[in-house]
Formats: sequence, structure tokens, C-alpha cells
Amino acid sequence: MRNTRATQPIFELSKPGRRATRFPRPDVPARPIEDLLPEHCRAAAPPPLPELTEPDVVRHFTNLSTLNMSVDTHFYPLGSCTMKHNPKRNERLANLPGIADLHPYQPDETVQGLLQLLYELQDMFAEISGLPAVSLQPAAGAHGELTALMVAAAYFDDLGEKRTKVLVPDSAHGTNPASARMAGFDAVTIKSDPRGLVDLDDLRSKLDEQVGVFMITNPSTLGIFDDQVAEIADRVHKEGGLIYLDGANMNAILGIARPGDFGADMMHYNPHKTFSGPHGGGGPGAGPICVTDKLGPYLPSPVVCQRDGRFALDYERAKSIGRVRAFFGNVGVLVRAYCYIRTHGPDGLRRASENAVLNANYLLSRVKHFLPVPHGERCMHEFVATASELKKTKGISAMDIAKRLLDFGYHAPTVYFPLTVSESMMIEPTESESKETLDAFAEALFRITDEAADLLHEAPHTTPISRPNEVQAARNPVLKWTSC
Amino acid sequence: MPYTFNTPEDQQAMLDAIGAASIEELFAPIPSSLRLKRPLDIPAAMGELELTQHIQTLAAKNEHAGQKICFLGGGSYDHFVPAVVDAIASRGEFYTSYTPYQPEVSQGNLQVTFEYQTLICQLTGMDVSNASLYDGGSAAVEAALLCMSVTKRSRVVTTASVHPEYRQIIETYFTHLNAELVTVGSPDGVVSVEELANAVDDNTACVLLQQPNFFGCVEEAERVARIAHDRGALLVVSCDPISLGVMKRPGDAGADVVVAEGQSLGTPMQYGGPYLGIMACREQFVRRMPGRIAGQTVDRRGTRCWVLTLQTREQHIRREKATSNICTNQGLFALRAAIYLSALGPQGLREVSELCLQKAHYAIEQIVADDRFELAFPQPVFKEFVIRDTKGKVAEVLAECHELGILAGIPLAKWYPDLADCFLVTVTEKRTKHEIDQLADSLTRASVTDSVVSV
Repeated sequence: MRNTRATQPIFELSKPGRRATRFPRPDVPARPIEDLLPEHCRAAAPPPLPELTEPDVVRHFTNLSTLNMSVDTHFYPLGSCTMKHNPKRNERLANLPGIADLHPYQPDETVQGLLQLLYELQDMFAEISGLPAVSLQPAAGAHGELTALMVAAAYFDDLGEKRTKVLVPDSAHGTNPASARMAGFDAVTIKSDPRGLVDLDDLRSKLDEQVGVFMITNPSTLGIFDDQVAEIADRVHKEGGLIYLDGANMNAILGIARPGDFGADMMHYNPHKTFSGPHGGGGPGAGPICVTDKLGPYLPSPVVCQRDGRFALDYERAKSIGRVRAFFGNVGVLVRAYCYIRTHGPDGLRRASENAVLNANYLLSRVKHFLPVPHGERCMHEFVATASELKKTKGISAMDIAKRLLDFGYHAPTVYFPLTVSESMMIEPTESESKETLDAFAEALFRITDEAADLLHEAPHTTPISRPNEVQAARNPVLKWTSC
Repeated sequence: MPYTFNTPEDQQAMLDAIGAASIEELFAPIPSSLRLKRPLDIPAAMGELELTQHIQTLAAKNEHAGQKICFLGGGSYDHFVPAVVDAIASRGEFYTSYTPYQPEVSQGNLQVTFEYQTLICQLTGMDVSNASLYDGGSAAVEAALLCMSVTKRSRVVTTASVHPEYRQIIETYFTHLNAELVTVGSPDGVVSVEELANAVDDNTACVLLQQPNFFGCVEEAERVARIAHDRGALLVVSCDPISLGVMKRPGDAGADVVVAEGQSLGTPMQYGGPYLGIMACREQFVRRMPGRIAGQTVDRRGTRCWVLTLQTREQHIRREKATSNICTNQGLFALRAAIYLSALGPQGLREVSELCLQKAHYAIEQIVADDRFELAFPQPVFKEFVIRDTKGKVAEVLAECHELGILAGIPLAKWYPDLADCFLVTVTEKRTKHEIDQLADSLTRASVTDSVVSV
């Protein structure tokens, strides 16, 4: 029952003279355009966009939407991405005209309700992280990393110290070393030990007075809490360096442990993960950062402050690194995070993390018998299984399993990340899934590992397409539609 | 706990399967000394009804663009959003999905991205577009970094008429890189071409120009392109997508990289974000482009389909050698822009563009009819313009208009101390003749009130 005509590229549905949106004639006296715009900047004709009716547009995009898996429709255990339920109330509230239709340069006195919300959110982020100074400005997790590293660089400049290196564990997200370079540091990789934790010997050998920041993801991308974190922080601090916590995995520890209490000086949140912002098919996110008091003065301007019972944007920040984004930040995402936190309260946040960890451990206990999990019997919010044994014995790869899961109606886990585990499958169920779903998923995984290799090599079999040729896409890039 | 399933019985059954005595035991890897030993000090939980009332109360303390007549712009605009945009973008299959790592179950998003890229190329006159960046400002800084990477040069020349916050972002990024930002003056509201020609040297990676610029004025983009190209530098143009219904596309005016704030294309203002960073460039730079890109290919059965491609540019593969640290794109707003542009088509875009142009010019006439106010710069404008209050009481005038229900403009003193007597006025297609007349009347009344006070 697929409507393949409606899902042709929209340009193939176009016919001259059609359109969906018509604007009124000007209600002001119109003048010839030649009198208003000089010839050098006038377009000879409007851009060659497609021409469609509203029914065309609706049917095209609605049918395209049905070709996606999503959290609303499927179990989506994509490790590291925390694909939890996206509450509908948050959508409705963030779209209230009193929030969605505010201009960023309105005077502070006309946005007191929103500034109050953002001010309270700064406080709640500070309390949850144990780090008191907050900037809501960064637009995404990677942007938060970059901003925090710039804050660190400004701090060292102020101290008159020249620190050139940022240490990054080999299991870290790729954004960590990339952010380090963009902030002007050299990224130095630290090995993992056999338990998947930071190799302290390697750290010791690379830690010196050139090191500005150690970036740690804790719980790690392997879903393990690195219990050496306080010792690592101690050593880095003794050398005068700072600890950055990649907060991608905060969903494991809300109300249980706080980065500021286990040694972090700076961190970012991913509100679109931890605090249920919808992922939007690849964005928007947000990347608010929290830092210690001593780093607070360097945060981007403005921050929300309270003066005499009124809320205001504070630009009077002499040591600030400046702006990293135009306007205030990704307010729509932040409002949803605020709604999520207020819905849960202190007990609810803690219980969300407890159930996220319970669900992950339960799934681990069901899966480990047929898909080994190299780094332990227990995990935090996610775990990393490996298909390397299956690959050797049956020629079945992590990718084969991922693709076959799609036939069973499940989104695949994250595969081939972290890079430290071969044939890795990173599985994060989140708290918003039932035991029944986890049982059914484990059952599907088990059945797949028992299936014939040939069947898996060609999987998926029931999806609109199967195994696109990615090599051809990269070798001979076709990046836009053309008529021939 | 509205979003979790586990009953006490479920929890017990799961713990039994795990072989753990309690949930607490699962957290044993976190040393006790590192634990929080008290409840978080945040407000207690709220049910949906309480939360709704609470947020409604906060929202009611704000004065939104449906209540006040909005003449604010400066990079965020009160344009009309057709219902079809909201209707489609609010489908859960779009907004609750994620990055298309599994193309077999993400063809919807991938095809939308491919169509978005095509629409952006058609709109800007460029060869290739990426899948989008965070916003217009981050797109501008990423464009500067792209040009430095392509040319192996370390200097960027921009103009005072480029959005001041975009320039501030570039300053911030450049602080710890081996890079220099030079800003050429725009004394008459557009860049001084002579000064620009002197500023561009053999180490200049690019000239960053805004068209129409922050003051709403039209720059001579082709002259600037020649100046840049003569010294082997590239031209980056930050444009207003809505202007391209009547104005020449940057790609036709010599731009090598085009960036834009895409909020105007179907995204609400939301007090500044999330927005849509548009970036398009000439074909030869595609492998240095930041961000995700979708490409067309075929599947194992030969069916046309789409995937994320050229990923060896990106951080998850290249780590510190990536073209940028950027990971996400703004998928939801790229979708909104694709729907918006498809719904308008060439004629709809032409109409909205012309409405802005005509109404802005009508507004200028009405405002400067009062001798107290004058157009600050003698330049052609598109939908924004700078008004000088010859009595220099911008704050008072804007406050008076606000009392009368009008957000009349943005004071420029914060960014341009020498324009402390000026404010920026924006007129979109949504502003009616009646509203524009009200604006002019309010300014005149503010003028009268002010003279009464000063007597």
C-alpha cells in the first residue's frame, strides 16, 4: 500500500503554474521594483523552485514520514543517543505563542516569564551537575564541548599559563578531539585498560604541565562508571589541569551522583537526550554547560540574572569569552528540558535513572548468553556487546545483526562504536520501555544470531530499500536532484 | 513517573534475572564517597495539568508577536508560516526520529535532506549544500574556517555592516586559533569599497559580506567579489533567504560560499532558537565542507535511494582531523524549510519578497514624514532600514511605542556607539498598512510627548 508516486523526489511532481501558498496584493501603494532596487542586485527571475499544490506537498511529505522509524513508532535502542519517550505535553507547551512567538531582541521587561523559566533552568542544571555556573548558549553537545574548552583556554590565559594539550580517552565520542582542535589545543589520546576504563599508566605518562584539560565521559561510552574518576581528577588538578565531563550519559546518574562532586570542573548536558527533547531527525539539540565558580566569569555572555525581583540578560561580564552563538540559545529545546525536569522532580529524576540502569542491566542479562559483553556482568544505562565471535564462527557481523533487527521492527543499536571494541553493538534501552519490549527484543536478537548467514548478509528484507551502495555514493557524489 | 513502565513486580522479576538484590546494588560501581547523599534540591514533581498551568502562567508574562505589533528583525523575523509546515513537521515519524544512521529505516529523513539540499542550491545559485548547521551565526564562522582550510590563509576580512553578533562569534572562535579577523567600516551603511580593497591582501582567505546587510542596505556584492577574487580570496555571502524572491542570488553575484539564517523559512522566532544554519558552496569545496551531507545512490536491488555520504570529513570518523567538530544538523528545521519552499514555489517566494520590499518602503515614507526622524543611510534597502531620531532619544521613543502596543525597532547603541541615535526597523509581509500607519503615528506621538516633557 505504499504510494510510490507521492514519494518521488518533489521536483518530479512539479508542474508550472501550481502552488500551495498565495500572498495578498500589497495593501500599500506599490512602486516599480526598478525604483526600489538597483539593477546590480535585482534577480531576473525568482529561483527555480518546484511548483506544487498543497495536496501535493502534504501527500509527499506525509508518505515520506512513513519511511522513518521513530521513537513514537518503534523501540530505538541506539546507544549513546538516549532515545527516550518525547512527552507530548512538552511539545504543546513549547509551542505556546507566549514562548514560540517571542523575538530575541524584545526588551527584557516583555519576556519576564521566559527569563524566569531560563533562570530557574540555570539553577536546576547547576544543582543536578553540582557545578554552580551555567551557560545556556551552546547549540549542541559538541558546541558545548567547544565552548567549555574555550572557557578553559581563557582561564589559563588569565593565569598566564600556556597549556597546549587536551587528553581524550580512546573510547570518547569523536566530537571530543575535534572540539579540542577547534579550541586551539592538540588532542592526545589516552588508552583504555582491559576493563575499558582509563589506563592510569598511560595517563601518568602523558600528564604534564602542558595538559590543559582531561575530557572524560563518565559513565563511559561502554556504559561503565569509571570508579577511578576521583583519582584521575586529583592527578590532573595537581598538575594544574581541568576535568571536562562529556555529559552524554547523564541519564544514568541523575540524582545519584553529580559530576561536580566527583571532580569535574566543566560539563555539558545533551537536553535532547537526558531531558527528552525530540531528536528531530538529526537536530535540534542544545548544549548547556555548567562550570565551577572559578570558571564562571569566563562563560559566554549573556547569562540570565535576577535583580530586584526582575529577570534580565547580563552582558556586564568583563572576562567572558564572548559569544558562541547569535541571540540567546536553543530556547525551544531548553523549554522542553525545563518541562521534563519539572514533571519529574527530585524523586522522579532519580527513578528515571534507576529504571534506565535497571532496564539496561536486565537486557544485558538476557543478551550476554548469546552475544558476549566484553566489559562486565553489569552496566549503567547502556552496554556494548560484540559480534566478533559470531563473525569468526559464522561470518555474521554486527552490521548484519543490526540490519536484520530492522526486519523485526526494531531500530538497530549503535554499531562499530566505541572503536575500542571490535564488531561492537552499543545498546541503550532507556527507562521509557517495558519489560515486555525488552523481552521481545532480546528474543529477536537471539533468533537472529541463530539464522543463516546468507539471510543476514542480505538483510533487511522487509524495508523499502536494503543495503544502499554507500561506496558509490561517496565515490560519485550526487548531492542534489537534477532533471536529466 | 509518567513515562516509565516498570511496576514493583517487574522490577523484582528483572532484578531476579540480573541476580541483583536491589536496584541500589546496580549502582555499586559508583563509590559511596562520590554519591549524592540527599535528594536533589529542585522543585517537586508536577502533573500534566499543573505543569500546563504553570507554563501558561509564565507564557502569559511575555508579550508575544501576536499581541504586540512586531517591527523587530536583525536576523530573526516574524514571517508567516503556512499551516502545512506545522501540520507535517509535527508528525512524530519526523520529529522523534534521529540521525539516519540506518538508511533502510530513514529514507523519509534522507530524502527530505536531499530535497532540502537541492532547494537550497536552487535558492542560492550554488552547486552543493550541506544538511544544515546550527544557525546563521555558526554557519558564518564555519564558512570562514572552510575558506581558511581551502586557501591555507589565516585572515578573514569582514565589514561593520555584517551582523554584529556573527562577528562576535568569529572573534570568539579566532581567539585561540592562528587566525585574524579584520573589520572594514561601513560609514554610509554599506561597506567602504576602497577601504575593503586596501584590507584584502595575499593572506586573506575570504571576505565575509552580508546581503542585504545588518542595516537592511543592499551591498554591491559583485564589486566585492572582484576585489576578493583579484587577491585569490573567496567571497562568503550571508544572505536573507526571503530576499531571494526579488534579489540576485549570491551564486549569481560571485559568491563562493553562501550562508544564511534559515529561520525565515518556516520556523518560529522562539526567542532566538533553535534555528537553521544554511551553508552552500561551489562544488570544488565540498570535501572541506562541515556537517552532514545526504547523497543519492542505489540499493542492492538497484532502487534509487539516499544515504549520508562523504562522512570521512566528519568527526566520528576523522576525530581531531575532521573539517569541524559539528555532529548534529538541524533536521527538523531543514524539513520545515523544505516544506516552506515547496509550498511557496517561485511565485510565492516572489510575492512574499515583494511584499516585504514594498511595505518597508511605504513604512520609510510614513516615518520620515515626521521631520524628527530620518533614514540614516542613503542606500537602497530590502525589508529593514535604520531610522535616526534627530533628538537622540531612542530609548524613550521605543518605550513610548511599546506603551502603545508596538515593538518599533532595535536600538543600535549596544553594537554601534556612533549610531546611538538610531534604531533598526523591520517590515515583513505580515505587517498591514494599518499597522505601519500605527507605527508612524506612534513615533509621531512619542515625538509630541517628548517635546511636552522637554518644555
